[in-house]
Order: sequence, then structure tokens, then C-alpha cells
Amino acid sequence: MYSDKVMDHFMNPRNVGRIDLPSGSGEVGNVVCGDIMHIDIKVVDNIIADVKFRTFGCAAAIATSSMVTQMVKGKSLQEAEQITNRAVAQALDGLPPVKMHCSNLAADALHAAIEDYMRSKHD
Amino acid sequence: MRQIYMDHSATTPVDPEVFNAMIPYYNDRFGNASSVHALGRQARQAVDQARSQVGELLGASGREIIFTSGGTEANNQAIISYLDNNPDKGKHLITSAIEHHAVLDTCLHLAKRGYELTVLPVTPDGLVEPDILREAMKPATALVSIMHANNEVGTIQPIKELAAIAHAGRAIFHTDAVQTVGKLPVDVKEMNVDMLSASSHKLHGPKGVGCLYVSQGIRVGNFLHGGGQERGLRSGTENVPGIVGFGKACQLAQINMPERQARLSEMGQRLQEGILSTIPHTRLTGHPVNRLPGSVSVCFEFVEGESILLMLDSYGIMASSGSACTSGSLDPSHVLLALGLPHEIAHGSLRLTLGKDNTEEDVDMVLEVLPGIIQNLRNMSPLYN
Repeated sequence: MYSDKVMDHFMNPRNVGRIDLPSGSGEVGNVVCGDIMHIDIKVVDNIIADVKFRTFGCAAAIATSSMVTQMVKGKSLQEAEQITNRAVAQALDGLPPVKMHCSNLAADALHAAIEDYMRSKHD
Repeated sequence: MRQIYMDHSATTPVDPEVFNAMIPYYNDRFGNASSVHALGRQARQAVDQARSQVGELLGASGREIIFTSGGTEANNQAIISYLDNNPDKGKHLITSAIEHHAVLDTCLHLAKRGYELTVLPVTPDGLVEPDILREAMKPATALVSIMHANNEVGTIQPIKELAAIAHAGRAIFHTDAVQTVGKLPVDVKEMNVDMLSASSHKLHGPKGVGCLYVSQGIRVGNFLHGGGQERGLRSGTENVPGIVGFGKACQLAQINMPERQARLSEMGQRLQEGILSTIPHTRLTGHPVNRLPGSVSVCFEFVEGESILLMLDSYGIMASSGSACTSGSLDPSHVLLALGLPHEIAHGSLRLTLGKDNTEEDVDMVLEVLPGIIQNLRNMSPLYN
């Protein structure tokens, strides 16, 4: 059902946790559908110097969260904004069709964190 | 890695004795039970013997047993064929909100075809209250179908009392006993049910065979049309090896039931208490006392069921869940929601169902690894602080 990469990121998730005083935080999903993804970012000189996630959800939700943090760590905000949910799924060698819709929101959580950072910067 | 199978409500392994009884009917004794020649007569005799074995376990006569392809077909036939064949009895039917889809969707199908359907709510423990059924009865109620024990949360219904209410309203009573036949004493006369569905693979028999018990005097009618097997009530060449296996499984279940029931009940109790006492923010689902022996169902707050299953699987432990991700839809199981559990709690469901081959060491292993798995997932969860 799941690719080896999904299982690897699910069983050994990267960058789990929270960042104290994050530059930005994003959260997507809801408890009704059973997936919530929360991402904290630390931005230094326009670069995502650190990123952490916490996710409530199935293996796909956890694996996509882990993968997106791995993909953006050390990247510029502009590069990070280009990452799509589809690209995250592809980096995991795909997800089962039923999971593409409900559990593939990690890039959205990342983008929400970047937006949060941009907003606070302008305040 | 040792495999620890704790999903016996989903299916069970075929008992070696059952398997051995079946083998000759695939090769040496392959005859069609309808044939007149020696091989045919041999097959017929085997089917008849199995019919007596099944009847004996259920407290029924062989004539009251119709072999089917399984529990789903039995449920469909009981409900659809009975109503089809008894149009004078009324066009109202009653079922409960926690039925298996084989009953619930069958009733919904009829509701779309002009039948009036009442779906009874259940208590937070998963019980259908007799008073609620009494209030739902109408002069036009033809059939009431309430499961004996629930497959997800294990709650056992007061069938005898519910059947009496249906009968007082001149309706007939059907029960889906797929989860209880072979595990608990099931006596159709004592329970006073008119129809009962059972499935072989839940009691260490083969898949693809089950039966519908129909009390003498009830005209259920056929569901499948064809060669008129099973006294015209179930056409299609008999699945002789499957039926032989089902019969043998029933015989073994009857012999072993007291010992197994006590053992599963005790092991299940230890597993349940161990989980509830070592893992905080956990609730039992289903009835605390009236439940299937060896059936443990719980919800862990702040975590999701599929993740729990896959983590357990990595230790060789096989279980199931009613979370959305495992139900194949966006919603958690209809049973958990019918108990009044909020979505976020229902998503964290875990069901461990023990069987005859589980050992105390299996229970120890689950109690050893499960707390760490839940803590690990909670540490990852934004809902947990």
C-alpha cells in the first residue's frame, strides 16, 4: 500500500517537534477528517535555517510532513514557496490515490508558516 | 519475527482438523451433490452431515439451515427475500445504527425501493435499548434485524428480549450472529429468533461459506435463481468442501467452546485492563461487561488509528481500527460515531480480537510495546501537550 520511502519517513520521521520562538508557524487540516499538520520555521537571512513538524494523522500525513521538512531545510523562502503537495508525494515515490486528497497537505502547512512569517515581518 | 495475530473478528485461520476434513472433497470425492451416481451421493451425504453439525451448534434442525456463500449473502437473503416473499406483512423494517454494512446497506437499499426504515440509535455502550425498539414498532413492521454482537466494539445485544418485542408486534426477528456463532452459546430456540446469519471463517472454518437459519414456518424465499439447490432456497452447486469445513468447524467449536470462552475472556480482560491502566487518555469502547470474549476495543486520544496499526505491524502485531484511514472513507466507522464518540476520538480507535491460538506471551508483548507506540505518536501530535 505504501512505498518504502513513505514507510521510512513514517517509522523514522525527520524534524519532529517544535521550535522555541519560531519565525513562523502554519497549521492545516482538521480533527474531523483526521489530519492536522503543524509546521514551525526558523528563518535566518531569507533561508529556512530550521523546521519542525507535529502531525496528527495517518502514516501518509506523517510521512509527507517529515518529507517536506527535509526538502525545505536550508532552502530560501522563494524555493520553499515553489514546493507543492504533489512534489512532496513524488519525493516519497507516490501515495495511494485515496491519500492524495486527505493526507497530502504538508506543503500547505509549510506555506502557511511562510505566510505567517511574512505577515509578522511586515507588522 | 514472531507474528501475533489479534484480528480474529476480521477472520480466523482454518483449523488443521477442518482443513483435513475438506481436502478429500476437492479431489477424491469431488462429486456434485445433485448427481445420482456414487460420487454425487457421497457429496450429498457430506453436505447433509455438515448440515446436522451446523444445526446442532445452533440448536436448530438441519432442515432449518440454508448454506450460503457467507454472512453477507445470508443477511441479504434474510432481509430482502423475506420482505419480497411476504408483501402482506407490511412495509416497515427496523434495524440498528451499528449493524454491519451487510445489514445496514441492505436495509438502505430497500428504503430506496419504497420500504419504510427505522434505524435505532444505541446507548454510548452500544446497546439497543428494548424500550427504544418497542416505541419504534408499528402495525406495518414486518421485520426487525439486530446483530447479536457488534464486530467493532464487541457489545452483545439482549437478543431474547428484543425478539420478544418484535414478536409482540407480529414482526419477525433476524439476527446477524456472525461474530458470536462458535464463540458464545447460540441457541436459536432459546433466543427465539426467526432467522440468524452465520459465517464459517469467523470460527476457524473456510471463507466463502456461511448459513442462514430460518425457523420452520417462516417463508423466506430464494435470493438466487437457478438449479433449486438447498430445497429451492439457495440455487447454485453446493460448495461441498467449504460446507464440509464449516460443519467440522461448528463441531469443533461446540466441543471447545466452554474452555475457549473462559480463556479468551480472561486473556482479553488482562489485555484490556493492562492497556487502560498503563496508557492515559484512553477509553474503552463498547459495553464494559456484555461484550465478546477476547474482544478489546479502545480509543486513544490525540493519535490516529492507521498509524497505530502500522507501528504495531512493525512488531509483528496485527490488529484493526475504525479510523477514517482504515474505513476507506473520510469518516471514521459508523459504529464509533453511533456510540456518540466525536470524530477526533473515533480516529484513534484500536481493536484487538483474540483467538484460540493467542498466548499469554502475546498479551505480554502487546502490553510491552503499545504504550511506547502511543507515546511516540502523541509526541508527534499537535493535539497533545
